[in-house]
Amino acid sequence: MTSTIDSTGAPGFPAARAAKCPFDPPPTMQALRERTPLARVRLWDGTTPWLVTRYAEQRVLLADPRVSADMTRPGYPSPAPISDAPISFILMDDPEHARLRRMVTAPFTIKRVEAMRPAVQKIVDDLIDDMLTGPKPVDLVQALALPMPSLVICQLLGVPYTDHDFFQEHSSTMINRDAEPEQRRDAAGRLFAYLDELIGEKLTEPGDDLLSGLTERIRTGELTRPDAAQIGVLMLIAGHETTANMIALGTLALLEHPDQLELLRDSNDPKLVAGAVEELLRYLHITHNGRRRVALEDIEIAGGDHPCRRGHHPGQRHREPGPGDLLRPRPARHPAGRPPARGVRLRGAPVPRAATGTDGTPGCVQHAVPAHPHVATGGRAGRGPVQTRRLGVRGVRASRDLVTLPPEETP
Amino acid sequence: MKVTIDQDRCVASGQCVTAATTVFDQRDEDGIVVLLDPNPPGELADDVRHAAAVCPALAITLTE
Repeated sequence: MTSTIDSTGAPGFPAARAAKCPFDPPPTMQALRERTPLARVRLWDGTTPWLVTRYAEQRVLLADPRVSADMTRPGYPSPAPISDAPISFILMDDPEHARLRRMVTAPFTIKRVEAMRPAVQKIVDDLIDDMLTGPKPVDLVQALALPMPSLVICQLLGVPYTDHDFFQEHSSTMINRDAEPEQRRDAAGRLFAYLDELIGEKLTEPGDDLLSGLTERIRTGELTRPDAAQIGVLMLIAGHETTANMIALGTLALLEHPDQLELLRDSNDPKLVAGAVEELLRYLHITHNGRRRVALEDIEIAGGDHPCRRGHHPGQRHREPGPGDLLRPRPARHPAGRPPARGVRLRGAPVPRAATGTDGTPGCVQHAVPAHPHVATGGRAGRGPVQTRRLGVRGVRASRDLVTLPPEETP
Repeated sequence: MKVTIDQDRCVASGQCVTAATTVFDQRDEDGIVVLLDPNPPGELADDVRHAAAVCPALAITLTE
């Protein structure tokens, strides 16, 4: 039990990544994973829950009904102080979790997302055109990585894109682990108030969008207005920060693997492109907080005597091939719970240097857009000059939550 | 090969539809899995195994 485990010296979680290997999990976490399937880590509030370090155990545990995602339960390893806003369904258990979640899944079926392809393609093409005709150098994050998913999620939710600056600022504060708890709480409150007001407008004048769909549920009594606003906050954040990071990091990763980039750029095979996007999703970590759960009863993990009643914490995804396993056969089971790449593969080796692309690097950007795995794009692939300049990793400013490519350091 | 699905567990990720389009589909209203073919032909076995392996909710069971 917890009392018999010495948790002094438990490493802090989330841990810092190595400056020289921005794509790899933090060295501390890699070392833990190699050593043990289960380790104590120390959170921001001084608590020391368990970290489940490996994929196999994580996968089984996350499907185990004896663990709970309900952040109001005692012992839940919270990533931040609890705010006053209503709790999002991702921090609830079934049946309430499933009931609320299923209210917003319809636009994300494979068919519906596929139907969005032309609209998403147009957004990407327009942004790339702007990059090609605009002043150089250009900041990929500001010119493409951020606006692209923002425009898509705004269309989908029915949020005016003109408010982009407002929600971009507050959502990045909300997930910025360097921000003070009070700042994060304030940002969450402002975003919530914004979505609540928008829902109010859509109650009187519904449109053909996801938020308007939620107002119908409010009318039928299935959903409260605060719950609807909270779902809006969740989707707005989930819809653009994650994708923006994937575009930026995916572009960097491909520039670091020119052979893979070439394969991708020269291909007209949508399956290869889709596989490459899956591989990028597997290869790159874009969330640092891990999946958090609290055990409802003692659970034996990894065949060992590691009962944990207090909050434990499935850790970051176990990646295969790991660093250095360049020629390892493709795993039959995909570590990130996604299909393995078909045709495109990224090495799991530590990345010694990062590079930034200028002049739009449309070839790689085009393919690196994982708005959804199945909205990997075709369109303008290969158009325009691709010019890259190798910079030391210092040339890329990698915040802990968002990667930015500083224009002053690109040619 | 016999395929069974658990719609209560399903989280509508759609990974199975991508893996084996003729075996799995999604409900229009919430994306929950629909089984089109509980006894898929042998040539689809790899795709169906892949679908089960990548399902994030472990909602697909195979009996071979």
